[in-house]
Amino acid sequence: MRSTEGPPYKALMWAIFILFVLFLYAPIATIVLLSFQGPEGGLTFPMRGVSLHWFAELFGPQSIGDIWGAFRRSFGLGVIVMISTVIISFIAGLAYRRRFIGSTVLLYVAIASLVMPSVVVSLGIGAGFELAGIQRHWYSSGVGAHLTWTLPFGLLIMFAVFNRFDRSFEEAARDQGASPWQTIRFVVVPIILPSLIGIALFGFTLSYDELARSSQAIGAVNTLPLELQAMQTNTTTPVIYALGTLTTGLSFLVIGITIAAFVIIRRRQQRHGSDAGKA
Amino acid sequence: MARSLPSRAVAYFQALPIAAVFAVFFILPICLVVVVSFFDYQTYDILIPDFVTFNYEDVFSSPTTYRTYAATFKFCLITWALTLVIGFTIAHFLAFYLKSVPTQLVCFLICTIPFWTSNVIRMISWIPFLGRNGLINQALMSLGIVDEPQEWLLFSEFAVILGYVHLYTLFMIVPIFNSMARIDKSLIEAAKDQGASSLQILWNVVLPLTKPGIAIGSIFVVAIVMGDFITVSVLGGGQIPSIGKSIQTELSYLQFPPAAANAVVLLGITILMIIALIRIVDIRKEL
Repeated sequence: MRSTEGPPYKALMWAIFILFVLFLYAPIATIVLLSFQGPEGGLTFPMRGVSLHWFAELFGPQSIGDIWGAFRRSFGLGVIVMISTVIISFIAGLAYRRRFIGSTVLLYVAIASLVMPSVVVSLGIGAGFELAGIQRHWYSSGVGAHLTWTLPFGLLIMFAVFNRFDRSFEEAARDQGASPWQTIRFVVVPIILPSLIGIALFGFTLSYDELARSSQAIGAVNTLPLELQAMQTNTTTPVIYALGTLTTGLSFLVIGITIAAFVIIRRRQQRHGSDAGKA
Repeated sequence: MARSLPSRAVAYFQALPIAAVFAVFFILPICLVVVVSFFDYQTYDILIPDFVTFNYEDVFSSPTTYRTYAATFKFCLITWALTLVIGFTIAHFLAFYLKSVPTQLVCFLICTIPFWTSNVIRMISWIPFLGRNGLINQALMSLGIVDEPQEWLLFSEFAVILGYVHLYTLFMIVPIFNSMARIDKSLIEAAKDQGASSLQILWNVVLPLTKPGIAIGSIFVVAIVMGDFITVSVLGGGQIPSIGKSIQTELSYLQFPPAAANAVVLLGITILMIIALIRIVDIRKEL
């Protein structure tokens, strides 16, 4: 394709790409900027001074709603969903390396769960707990609702991973007398560790920012995205931007840590070959 | 496989947790939605087990339903077309215009990072742009293009579609890019050797081979827009009808059975649309 695509085409495509990136990032950059408004600042430009006033407001007692409670719940939920997603997807991925009856049905269920309108899933879980007379909670119905969204991603990533996995490493381990558990612990897990970290990233951030499936499944208390949506209708100060900046910052921090971990592990693997068996 | 029997048993144990989660939190709830849609309800008793059909009669006899579906289809179609064109262009750029793999990876990552942040914040972040005193109005007025702030920018159909494109183009980029990355470059060389122009290559070689990616991306966008109630309420300003929002409204009045009937209809229509898309492509081959 390269030789026929002359420099003008190439410049045009770069321009389109840069415009698209601007379109993606400019709005977020704007609210980050506006969250540093001075105390007299409003929801739009021009900036009236620069301060941390609205962040202080967030921590103040007069802040609207239960932001910190919502933050704690969202974070806790994200961590639980992340750990469950990694473990459940990993062993499900192992299952799919063998033939078993129902594997196709299970795959289609996972895909259905991924594309099901979230409001339907949320309503179903809410109605289920209602009928069974069980109190809805973020750590029960909430975790379940989020897993219906994160597990399909995890499973699909595991498919991609094991499609490219070289089984001769495992055979070698078995020939050396490793038990199935040892093979998984010291051969399979170290090799696919970067992908497992990727699944953890999916699990945490998808759950941390999830709104639609939480709406009916979480019970009486809000998670952070629900709190934000509620605030959005009745907040007229940049305090909502400050909250947006904080929670976006946390998301970016998680992405950054994940990418760093990914890179470090890749480097280590390249330097040492496989570090299988080194602990 | 001498150990095939125990090994198969192991597979069942390994598949059990994921199957259990889907059974309890997905299959069962969806079945319950269908069951509840035939229930009766009263103000203080939100679920009365019964077999009544008036929830559906209400759905199908109300002109609002048809108007809401027409609006939802319209949003779906416009969003699908826009995300497809933009997604295809960006994926094409990533797959064919970037020579080195690291550049490709970095550019791809740049496109995906906003996906990891809160949708609500990404929606809210349009307000300082589109509002009455927003950046666009300020720019238009200072340039003398308009005399007074344009009200249609925010809390309008325009804002909702802009929000959808902003939020969901990535769902097109990733699968289309994935399909494009698998295209054997020698096919393109061959087409070129036969004298095909860039446009002919794009239309006759790249596009057909990218169809699976397009179908997967389309399924995502269609399913999300059909059920959306958040974008519509944040950026639509309460005036835009959406089927997801009417379900949400019924739920907020604790009217579970009519909401369930609405949800079943939505579910049916979404499934029909997805089946139509799957007929074009075997998803399993793409994994």
